[in-house]
Amino acid sequence: MIPTEYYIFLGSGLFTIGVIGVLTRRNVLIILMSIELILNAVNINLVALSQYFRSVDGQVFAIFVITDAAAEAAVGLGLIIAFFRNKETVNADEIDLLKW
Amino acid sequence: MWNAFFHRADYLAIKPEVLLTMFGLAVLLFDFLLEKRDKYLNAVLALIGLGFAAVQLGMFWPLLVGQLPYSGFGGTFTLDTFAVLAKLIIVLATAIVVLLSMKYLEIEGAHLGEYYALLLLSAVGMMFLVSGSDLIVLFIALELMALCEYVLTGFLRVNRKSNEAAVKFFLLGAFSSGLLLYGMSLLYGIGGSTKLSIIAQRLAERPSPDPLSWVAMITLLAGIFFKIAAVPFHQWTPDVYEGAPTSITAFISVAPKVASFAFFIRILIAALWPMRAEWQVLTIGVSIATMTLGNLAAITQTNIKRFFGYSTISHVGYLLLGLVAAADGNREGLTAIVIYLLVYAFMNLGAFSVVIVMRRKDLIGDEIDDLAGLMARAPGLAILMLIFLLSLAGIPPTAGFIGKYFIFLSLIETGHYYLAVLAVVYAVVALYYYFRIVVAMFMKKAPDTVPLATGPGVTVALGVAVAMTLLIGIYPQPFIMMAREAVRPFFS
Repeated sequence: MIPTEYYIFLGSGLFTIGVIGVLTRRNVLIILMSIELILNAVNINLVALSQYFRSVDGQVFAIFVITDAAAEAAVGLGLIIAFFRNKETVNADEIDLLKW
Repeated sequence: MWNAFFHRADYLAIKPEVLLTMFGLAVLLFDFLLEKRDKYLNAVLALIGLGFAAVQLGMFWPLLVGQLPYSGFGGTFTLDTFAVLAKLIIVLATAIVVLLSMKYLEIEGAHLGEYYALLLLSAVGMMFLVSGSDLIVLFIALELMALCEYVLTGFLRVNRKSNEAAVKFFLLGAFSSGLLLYGMSLLYGIGGSTKLSIIAQRLAERPSPDPLSWVAMITLLAGIFFKIAAVPFHQWTPDVYEGAPTSITAFISVAPKVASFAFFIRILIAALWPMRAEWQVLTIGVSIATMTLGNLAAITQTNIKRFFGYSTISHVGYLLLGLVAAADGNREGLTAIVIYLLVYAFMNLGAFSVVIVMRRKDLIGDEIDDLAGLMARAPGLAILMLIFLLSLAGIPPTAGFIGKYFIFLSLIETGHYYLAVLAVVYAVVALYYYFRIVVAMFMKKAPDTVPLATGPGVTVALGVAVAMTLLIGIYPQPFIMMAREAVRPFFS
């Protein structure tokens, strides 16, 4: 059986990749994908820990996180489309009407 | 242990939230029946719902004074005096925003029912956020609040600034939720449960803060610092404030701040209390940085919404100081935060009510120069704005002074003299930049004489805001008693 720490290390690795992605990538859609990566890191943590503690809380939490990720993607893509209609770009550097 | 049915009282405890949800959905349906010119009836319906919720919350208060907190839904939902007071502030702030929105949305040509439904649902999220005592409930409530805010920020779909603000708010907000969530998953790993009380027990049993609890705390706090707009996670604030519809700027500068702070306090006191020495250090650093940046950046702003963005950041810095005192076990620190939030809600909404009146058909009215000569054009409004600005700067006899006074008092009681001195110095800086607006209003010539966009809604909102700002300033005793009662559950 794979020890629980391995899952936590996998989760922290995914989390780090996600954070670096958000901070360095300039395409809005890729930033959104990096955020999803962070959420999936959380899910791995939750499910692995849930197994470790033999309690169902973590799995329930993971299902809520997945649901929230879907809601977030729906709202986020909607906003990005509204933005794209006006500006014809998904490059974060060109979101410059307001000073960053 | 598992009970298929919750207790009847559990459902009574969430009655205000249920009422607001129902009214939020009712607004969506009701909207279809209305002609374009009758859209203000949506706002009336939303106000009725908020009124019901406020009355219900008012009925909870005497039941909880001096009593133990009510813990419902298997310990995931806590109803205590702290939660009820925070919810009352949120409901009142939302009601004032609804009043402000009616005329403004008509001018913007975006008077749609969804707007009010989203406002109410966002308020529901905030109300669950201040009551949650379980990580799952807290997370879902936070997301409900945040998702509604993103949509409301981008509500003016044809306006490019509004689009941009929404995209930025969404990206940074979703990122911060991710950080927060990662912290929560590690806390679950430490506690073996999602309940805050059990996590606190397990944290206390750990020998000394180990790397795991450090990472959990830092990612969690980073996520919360994003939501309350503390430096170094503040970058979204001025942009979102500038781009969002003015009524929504007023909303996100007040209601989510109250809810996020209540959430912050509950997480720190109920779950992370065993690590108070660690988070106190972090909070000191962040509050110094927040006050410095907020106050200094506000000096050079020319756009009034951006200006209020930085002014909000500086107020967040002061609020964090209350937590520094609270970490030493000082009750007054938390009392100060509660009073400050109450006061801040009314004075900030009041100031935004004056700004919103500047919006005309062809003029956005969000530059400081647009307020020029307000004294000659509308003396009443200019005087009201002066009162709100004095209060924001913390000059007696306005409410802002009471808020700052208690923060300083708690810092001195706990021996953080250098922080108190720094806070007073920045209060002087704040006086300078708030008076730039006063100078514009009283000393400069008005650019034109086009009538202002006043209406019954804005008048009522201004009346409530100024009444509360002066009342709390002149006769603070009952409000101080309320705040003391509100923080009692954390120290028993």
